[in-house]
Amino acid sequence: MAQDRPTASELLTAIADFLREEATPALDRAEPRLGFQMRVAANALAILEREVRLGPAADAREHDRLVGLLGRDGTLETLNRELARQLRTGERDERDSGLMAHLEATVADKIAIANPKWR
Amino acid sequence: MTVHMEGEADQVCQALAAATGRHFRAAAEIENLARQSGGASRQTWSFDALVDGRRHALVLRRDPPTKGKTDREQSVAIDRATEFRVLQAAHRAGVRAPEPLFELAPEDGLGEAYVMRRVEGTAIARKLLRDPPYAAARGAITRQLGEIAAAIHATEPGTLPPLKRREAADHIAGLRRSLDLLGAPQPVFELALTWLDRRKPSPLDRPLLVHGDYRTGNYLADESGVTAILDWELAHLGDPIEDLGWLCVKSWRFGAVDKPAAGFGSREELWDAYERSNGRKVDRARAHWWEVFGTVHWGVICLNQAWKHLSGSIKSMEHAAIGRRAVETEVDLLQLLKAEP
Repeated sequence: MAQDRPTASELLTAIADFLREEATPALDRAEPRLGFQMRVAANALAILEREVRLGPAADAREHDRLVGLLGRDGTLETLNRELARQLRTGERDERDSGLMAHLEATVADKIAIANPKWR
Repeated sequence: MTVHMEGEADQVCQALAAATGRHFRAAAEIENLARQSGGASRQTWSFDALVDGRRHALVLRRDPPTKGKTDREQSVAIDRATEFRVLQAAHRAGVRAPEPLFELAPEDGLGEAYVMRRVEGTAIARKLLRDPPYAAARGAITRQLGEIAAAIHATEPGTLPPLKRREAADHIAGLRRSLDLLGAPQPVFELALTWLDRRKPSPLDRPLLVHGDYRTGNYLADESGVTAILDWELAHLGDPIEDLGWLCVKSWRFGAVDKPAAGFGSREELWDAYERSNGRKVDRARAHWWEVFGTVHWGVICLNQAWKHLSGSIKSMEHAAIGRRAVETEVDLLQLLKAEP
């Protein structure tokens, strides 16, 4: 059964905002080392918020691309394991444009969750 | 401060008074003893020693309890006694590094530890990159780091303690072993490692001293620039260009992405200063290779840091969160492989 609002994304945003705007300044005054840790925590919650919002669609896209690239079906884990094996043995490499398009798209989706400001 | 910390500080203080007294052959009083932050894998304490009316500004390097280290980390890091001798050799060769003074004895009870002279300056990248007092330093650091790297690599290998030799092939094998131990498939890192494997630079006939962790965050600087190179625990013998490549890894620019050399300058400025200092030409393809390698290396270190938490060897949110930084290096790697010189 669906939960009531706030959604997971909304609740995580509320917690992250509270930690960043209220808890962190108070900790910075009282115990700077914990203030730093609190920033790490708030940042990690922001990652989770983006993950619950963007992750499922990103995983589905990655899965579809891997099926196309490898010509077989499987879980995300087994398909990535097969791709990693082919890359280590050199069966595929950076000259494969389909491979590179897949990796670019996958990494773009991952960084949009983990750290969208990275460039 | 907790009661436990006070107990530890008391113990350190007493041991330092005895050992410092032995070194200076006079009674030593210890003041301003303080544990420094940073350096997650090693303890650093700063203190003053009053000897015969003279005040000596000193630093203690000491190994914390060994739990929480991965096997791989233990196999690549040197011990404190070796670090002391590397620092001695580098300092005598004129490298801008803290002067090592003496080692502590087992009966001092502090574990593996040594004392060096304290050098003024900050290692905090954010301050060096953005705060007003360091405006002039920012214009000098790239050149200084090139010159100091040249001095490190000019350290006569015969003056060094026995160090492991690690060439390109050993590094690649080490990272593949780490990925296998971590268990999760990593297509971008595998792609990059195969790219690296196919283009390995040939080892030098005579391997040189490599600092091993030469980057912003691991040196002190003041208003005039770099005052001392720190964190020698990954020193080894190998290809000196490894240090120049690592210095240019994007993660060490701390946001100043358009300044590839340590966040302060261009690669060309760094190479020019290095070449002027030691007369050896920096091979561009070799430098690029080591920058690509350094980028994979940092990505795998991020995964390893998270694994320390996930495996239960230490409980640390900070370590856990670093795992999500690995993808930053995947972004960088895809850019770098496209920019092949």
